[in-house]
Amino acid sequence: MTSPTNRLAVVGAGPAGLAAALTAAHHNIAVTLIDSAPQPGGQFYRQPAAALGARRPQALHHAWRTWARLRDRLDAHVAAGRIRHLPGRHVWFVELLDRGFILRTLTADDEPEVFAADAVLLATGAYEKVLPFPGWTLPGVVTAGGAQAMLKGGLVLPGRMAVVAGSGPLLLPVATGLAAAGARLAALIEAADPRAYGRHARTLAAHPGKLAEAAGYAGRLLRHRVPVLTRHTVVAAHGTDRVEAVTVAALDADGRARPKTERRIACDTLAVGHGLLPHTDLAGALGCRTDPARVVVDAQQRTDVPGVWAAGEAAGVGGAALALAEGEIAGRSVVAHLTGERPRIRSTAATSRTALRKFAAALDAVHTPPAHWAEQVADDTLVCRCEDVTAGAVRHAVTELGAADLRTVKLLTRAGMGWCQGRVCGPGVAGVAGCPPETVRRPFARPVPLSVLARTPSPTEGRQE
Amino acid sequence: MVGAACALYASRAGLRTVLVERGPVAGGTTGAGEGNLLVSDKEPGPELQLALLSLRLWRELAAEPGGFGAAVEYRAKGGLVVAAHPSDLDALSAFAGKQRSAGVETGLLAASQLADLEPHLAPGLAGGVHYPEDSQVMPALAAAHCVRQARRYGTELRTGTAVTSILRDPGGRVRGVRTDKGDIHAPAVVNAAGVRGGDLAALAGVRLPVRPRRGFVLVTEPLPPRVVRHKVYAADYVADVASDSAALQTSPVVEATDAGPVLIGASRERVGFDRTFSLSVTQVLAERAIALFPVLGRVSAIRAYLGFRPYLPDHLPAIGPDPRAPGLFHACGHEGAGIGLATGTGQLIAQALTGATPDLDLAPFRPDRFPASEEGAR
Repeated sequence: MTSPTNRLAVVGAGPAGLAAALTAAHHNIAVTLIDSAPQPGGQFYRQPAAALGARRPQALHHAWRTWARLRDRLDAHVAAGRIRHLPGRHVWFVELLDRGFILRTLTADDEPEVFAADAVLLATGAYEKVLPFPGWTLPGVVTAGGAQAMLKGGLVLPGRMAVVAGSGPLLLPVATGLAAAGARLAALIEAADPRAYGRHARTLAAHPGKLAEAAGYAGRLLRHRVPVLTRHTVVAAHGTDRVEAVTVAALDADGRARPKTERRIACDTLAVGHGLLPHTDLAGALGCRTDPARVVVDAQQRTDVPGVWAAGEAAGVGGAALALAEGEIAGRSVVAHLTGERPRIRSTAATSRTALRKFAAALDAVHTPPAHWAEQVADDTLVCRCEDVTAGAVRHAVTELGAADLRTVKLLTRAGMGWCQGRVCGPGVAGVAGCPPETVRRPFARPVPLSVLARTPSPTEGRQE
Repeated sequence: MVGAACALYASRAGLRTVLVERGPVAGGTTGAGEGNLLVSDKEPGPELQLALLSLRLWRELAAEPGGFGAAVEYRAKGGLVVAAHPSDLDALSAFAGKQRSAGVETGLLAASQLADLEPHLAPGLAGGVHYPEDSQVMPALAAAHCVRQARRYGTELRTGTAVTSILRDPGGRVRGVRTDKGDIHAPAVVNAAGVRGGDLAALAGVRLPVRPRRGFVLVTEPLPPRVVRHKVYAADYVADVASDSAALQTSPVVEATDAGPVLIGASRERVGFDRTFSLSVTQVLAERAIALFPVLGRVSAIRAYLGFRPYLPDHLPAIGPDPRAPGLFHACGHEGAGIGLATGTGQLIAQALTGATPDLDLAPFRPDRFPASEEGAR
């Protein structure tokens, strides 16, 4: 039987968080599912707002059936009172108590609430890695994920002339999605060399479904007559009030733009993607071991802080299928922890996790940003938008002031000290400075009003007085 | 910061200087500081004398051609100490009176005058004291630009280089340091290792009881200029600074920065080098800051950081030659005032190194003033 003390708080209602919440609820654990979005599904199963009246949202989604099943199960558990779904809330801090945890949240209107839990699962997902280049701050330049979110959530803009650029598996669906939505695709620019897949042939061949999916996208690109340039990169975007064109160049074997290969392509939209980075702030503030690419977890998705699990992109970027497997494994581990029973991890979930992680690692190895991308960044290019820091200022801190690590660059230039706290500009600043990426500890996962912070810890749940 | 200032004044005095740093420039307490150049929180005595000397040197550095002052965001903004109750105000005025006799500029303010200096202060305060000399720099930039200047005078900078032992000749005289990247021979070694000053002293076989005192700083989103105009703090801050208690103490200290964010301190705890984030400490800081400036309630904190102040049991730094290890000089233990006191310390060290008459009597700062063993200190 569920006792009121057996409570799991899941942060994030994407594939990993949903799988974990459903697994735990199925085993009679009372689950609090906290999510920042107004609707469940996360970035992957992002849904158009009901008011937009999309007739066939499934046209933009693959794996729609998986999602429909998850949603139905969620509805059933919510109706039965086993899952309390709390959308529209940002968790800004998770406090570790002697026994259990307190999760502190804010609504979009900065209304604070607190929730108690005996165990916490962090399924906080990922955000897009942004690398600067001349012109990247022009209106009309968006991230690949941003373009996809617009497609999935807002159902955008026919008539645009778009270029999709960068590297990684996200570019294909973004390009086909834009084309299907009525945009004209001027080019797809991929930094990787498709021949690099040869080195990972066996890993890739183990995922025929994924290959078929990729082939499907490629076929649609052909149908839309989209020119595809591999081993190419965008070196600059041009325009005054909005992007009007991009300059692309071929890459040499070292990942440098080859001289005299530049060409200009007219466009009014540029979607750039370089892959994803995990949200690890809550884990870091809890004292969990993290590295720049993940919250470190064991075979049961446990972090090194007892009572805290991580699953999905937060535990290493690998896509929705991997997130579902990890979420289920984490959910079962939590059940065992809270009931005192032996964990019953399904071997199919564990096998699928192993294979999908290998697949993700292979993709990651193929799709890296050009090794020398930072050389393309002119001194007057902004690298940190919050604090208006240019690439030149970052280079000055390194050459003139003796900075050799990201923290010192930040202290001496303010790059990464603004509203985004380096989440957006961190990789770009590190690249321009020539220092390795660092795990930045951010005590607050989002800005918190001082009046909220000032209130003493409340022992009871609910709205803070 | 202190090491950077020592290198700057030593190389300006004509000494060949090597600056050895285990991490990056400003990688220790400096990078976690607020950059206060204060006289307001110091009672008359050797530390206040050092603060006055240092303030003069900061003013001179800031005025040098080449834009040093702007580069390090030097601001002679003034400090404002406020008292909540009439009894606090009496104590504060008496304290300010003693400071005035020691050469500090002070201006006594009635309750009605506070709003002229700080329009957003909470109503109902009893009064305060204005210290026009209190100033501010951006500490990491201050250290980096002192290093940059020092290099122009020939200082050689070696970052990422850790001292592993102190070289001494058979007679016991210091003759350099051994680092993880080779030996550096020199007739004089200056210990400006901050919170690790005690460890470095131990390498030379001498005891210097430098201990860490943890502090948190809350940083808000950028605010428009002139919401907070001075460094503003409550009168109990001075008592906390001078306290010997290991327990958590918080006294509200609120100040704006050039870049817009407001910094909120100050907490003091003796918890060793514990880097665990403490939500409860930041809660108290937020509460007390709002009590001073109610307008801050609507402002968001975007981050918080912690640092370790290097303090010595009598709250005075160790500055000057160590008679127990000839050739070893100390410049550490400045607690929370290291940025402010760095210039004076650098100058005094340069004078000691060159045999010039020091601007201040170094006796109160003698590094061998503590008992030889931990037991003796209790």
